[in-house]
Amino acid sequence: MEPIAGTAAHAAPFAAGQPALAKRPAAGDFDRGFDERVWRWAALSPALVLLLTLSVLPLINLFITSFFTVTWSGGHSSLAPAGLSNYRALAGDTLFRAGLLNTILFAAFAVGGQMLCGFVLALLCNQVTRGRVLYRTIFILPILVPGIVVGAIWKLLLNFDFGLVNQAIGLIGFDPVNWLGSASTALASVIFVDIWHWTPFCFLLFLAGLQSLPLDVYEAARIDGASAWQELVYVTLPMMLPTIMVTFAFRLVLAFKVFDEVYLLTGGGPGTSTQVVSYTLYQRFFREDQTGYGSAMSIAVIFMTCLLLVAAFSSRRQTGAAR
Amino acid sequence: MSAGARGASRSWLAHAALVGAAACVAVPVIWVVLAGFRTQISLLSGAFWFTPVLKNFREVLFSKTSDFLLNYLNSLIVGALSTLICLVAATLAAWSLHRMPWPRWFVHIFFGWALVFHMFPPLALASAWFTIMRSIGLDNTLTAVILAHTVLNLPMALWLMGVFVRDVPVELEEAARLDGATTPVLLRRVVLPLIAPGLAATSILTFVFSWNEFGVALTLTMKQTATVPVAIAKFAQDYEILYTQMAAAAALSILPALVLLIIGQRYIVAGLTQGAVK
Repeated sequence: MEPIAGTAAHAAPFAAGQPALAKRPAAGDFDRGFDERVWRWAALSPALVLLLTLSVLPLINLFITSFFTVTWSGGHSSLAPAGLSNYRALAGDTLFRAGLLNTILFAAFAVGGQMLCGFVLALLCNQVTRGRVLYRTIFILPILVPGIVVGAIWKLLLNFDFGLVNQAIGLIGFDPVNWLGSASTALASVIFVDIWHWTPFCFLLFLAGLQSLPLDVYEAARIDGASAWQELVYVTLPMMLPTIMVTFAFRLVLAFKVFDEVYLLTGGGPGTSTQVVSYTLYQRFFREDQTGYGSAMSIAVIFMTCLLLVAAFSSRRQTGAAR
Repeated sequence: MSAGARGASRSWLAHAALVGAAACVAVPVIWVVLAGFRTQISLLSGAFWFTPVLKNFREVLFSKTSDFLLNYLNSLIVGALSTLICLVAATLAAWSLHRMPWPRWFVHIFFGWALVFHMFPPLALASAWFTIMRSIGLDNTLTAVILAHTVLNLPMALWLMGVFVRDVPVELEEAARLDGATTPVLLRRVVLPLIAPGLAATSILTFVFSWNEFGVALTLTMKQTATVPVAIAKFAQDYEILYTQMAAAAALSILPALVLLIIGQRYIVAGLTQGAVK
């Protein structure tokens, strides 16, 4: 940092009371360097320690454990080297495979549905001038409700015997459907619940994006005689692309973590029809005490997450270069 | 953007659609809150009209077999302390990384790791947390859950506080430095007042996310240390599900979120949209 002309003048009243410093005009800068070296570490250290001990260390722990077979007896564990056998077992684990497939299906349909619903709602809300804040207040509510409570709410609503959904379709003459209990509708029901839970989040982000768009572009489009549809496709969508991509990334990350709703609504069943990765992990590690194998599965899942991240980044770089 | 030319009829349609969507959001919640005031028989019979009773809430809160009040207290403690630690750590780190002379690669690695870590399914790390907490004697303690929630929310807090810290004009910090302010003085007198709204937004979100977190709390707690979501999940696990009590517990569990929504909506919206728009 170059000493600016004002430095001495500003420092003077401060240094006056400290004759030792006053002798050296550059003392303030010396002190500042020391101050910065100490405080940049001091300020960073809480977060650094937290991340090292609770994210890096567990990862190392998982990685090492994944090469062992762990047996528990009387609260003590004994480790036996297992080489790569835990990883080899993953390939033949039907539960894991079902979990992966369902998670991908879940993420694709749930995130797609939420983004579409959220975008339509945001467009509508952006058109109205009255009551916008009231709508927003109501729409925010599901974001703040715990996932497990969302599960509880829909477990009641989708109940075969007395649920509101079956009552409603009964009124228009349909037979009640066992939404969560039959293999053909269980995953779709869980996806529907997730869409209900997270459409508001997409809506909120899209609405904020729409409201930050410059108005003069719309003026220009209108003068050129663009129809509402043309305005949407050629003006709104391209300008909203960054917001859409960010929302998509946010939601996709969360969708791959899905656990709460599945735990409460279906417990992975019936059969393996709603088995998702997080639930498989929970089952293998905590229900079946397969510590070594569970660790290998965790590492595999984390590895796949990283691959996804790399893919996302490289595709972003490509689209960035194309522009 | 509703130009007069596009007419009142379109605005009417928009309102109709929005009211419908609002009903889709609100009706399920209201129906379940009402179910908390019904008797099990009234709910199972599917009758539309019912006489409200407080039995479920009494059972959930005060019966000898229920730990719900304790769970509620646990959740409040975990939420408050993890939010506090997370906010202090994230704010200091964000300020240090953005405003102190770190090498660029270091800043990239730090934020990069936080982002990568944020993508991991918590259940993949829960097993390791469980093993580590057990080995240092912290298994089945609130401390374990507090630590886990702190680190789970740290990336988001780091990111959000980063946005707010970067909004503090560099000139102001420089001016304070030239007046001889040391780092603690600078942080307290200059940075803190300017990022206060950001702190409010981030702390509300961190608290809500901690309050809502289920998977990790489930794996790190037992009966006495369980948080609210874990307690609610227990209702659904029972052989005979007490639906109306589950509904009452669910209604009680969204109270903090409702309070925060009413008093801090501005901050919630700012926090949720900050990362996406900037």
